[in-house]
Amino acid sequence: MTEIASEHRVSAWDGGESPYAASSKKLGMWLFLMSDTLTFTAFLIAYSYLRVANSVDWPRPFGEFSIVMASVMTFCLLSSSLTMVMAVAAAKRQQIKKTVIWLLGTIAGGVVFMILHANEWIELIHEGITPASSLFGASFFTLTGLHMTHVTGGVIYLAIVAYGFAKGKFEAEDVEVSGLYWHFVDLVWMFIFPMVYLLSNQL
Amino acid sequence: MSSDHGNYNRLVLLVWFSLLILTIVEVVLAYQTLSTAMMLAILLILSFGKAGLIIAYFMHLRYERSSLVLTIVPVVAFCIAMMFIMFPDSLRILNQ
Repeated sequence: MTEIASEHRVSAWDGGESPYAASSKKLGMWLFLMSDTLTFTAFLIAYSYLRVANSVDWPRPFGEFSIVMASVMTFCLLSSSLTMVMAVAAAKRQQIKKTVIWLLGTIAGGVVFMILHANEWIELIHEGITPASSLFGASFFTLTGLHMTHVTGGVIYLAIVAYGFAKGKFEAEDVEVSGLYWHFVDLVWMFIFPMVYLLSNQL
Repeated sequence: MSSDHGNYNRLVLLVWFSLLILTIVEVVLAYQTLSTAMMLAILLILSFGKAGLIIAYFMHLRYERSSLVLTIVPVVAFCIAMMFIMFPDSLRILNQ
C-alpha cells in the first residue's frame, strides 16, 4: 500500500498512475488466469458437448470408489488452498519459516492429488479407456490432462517460490501471485469434479 | 494487518468450511434420483457459488480496487457466455 501511495507523486506521464492499485506481477497473473479460464471453459464445453451428443453409449466408468477417491482429491485441493492462504498471510508478515512450512503443506496437498489422479488414470487405462479409445477417453484425458499439467506446474512453481522466499530472493508479493495461480487450479477442479465425475451416473 | 489477523484467519477457515460443505452436498446430490437437467442446474449453481467464494476470498478479489474487478469479471463472463452459442447443436445430434 505504501508503494502505491508514494507512486502518486510521480507524474502520470512517467507511469505514476496505478489505476488498478495492483502491481504489474499481480495484474499479469490475473491476465494469464483470464486466458486460462477460457482454455479450460473450452475443454469443459467440448467434453459436455460430446457427452450430450453421444449420451446413449457414453462410458460411465466412475463407480462409488472413484467418486470417493475424487472427493478425497477435492478435499486435498481445497485444503491446499487453505494452507496457501495461510502462506500468503505469513509472507505478508515476513515470517519466513512459517511461510515455507505452509507452502510445503500446499505442495503436499498438490502431490497427494497428483498421485491419486495418476492412479485413477492407470486404472482407467487398464480398463481399456485410453485417450485414443473413444470420444470419452479423448475428451476426458484432454480435460483432466490439462488440469494435471497445471497442478504439476503449480507444485514446481510453489517449490521454487518457497526456496526463493527462504533465500530472500523473492518478496511476499511473489508468494501472493503464486497463490493466485494455485487457487485457480483449485477453482477449475471445482467444475471438473461435478461435471465429469458426479454427472457420470446420469442420463 | 496484524490487528485483524485473527479475524481474517477465522473468515478464511469459514470459507474453507463452507466449500467443504458445498462439496459434500454435491456428492450426496449425485446419488439422488433427479432429472438430469435439474441435477445439472443445481450442480452448476453450487459450483459457481464455490468459484465465487474462492475468487472473492482466497484470491482476494473482494478486497481489490473495483476497477480491477470490473476489468476481469465481466469480460471473462461475456466470453464464457459466448462459448455456449454452439452448445444447443449437441442436442440436435442427439435427437437426429
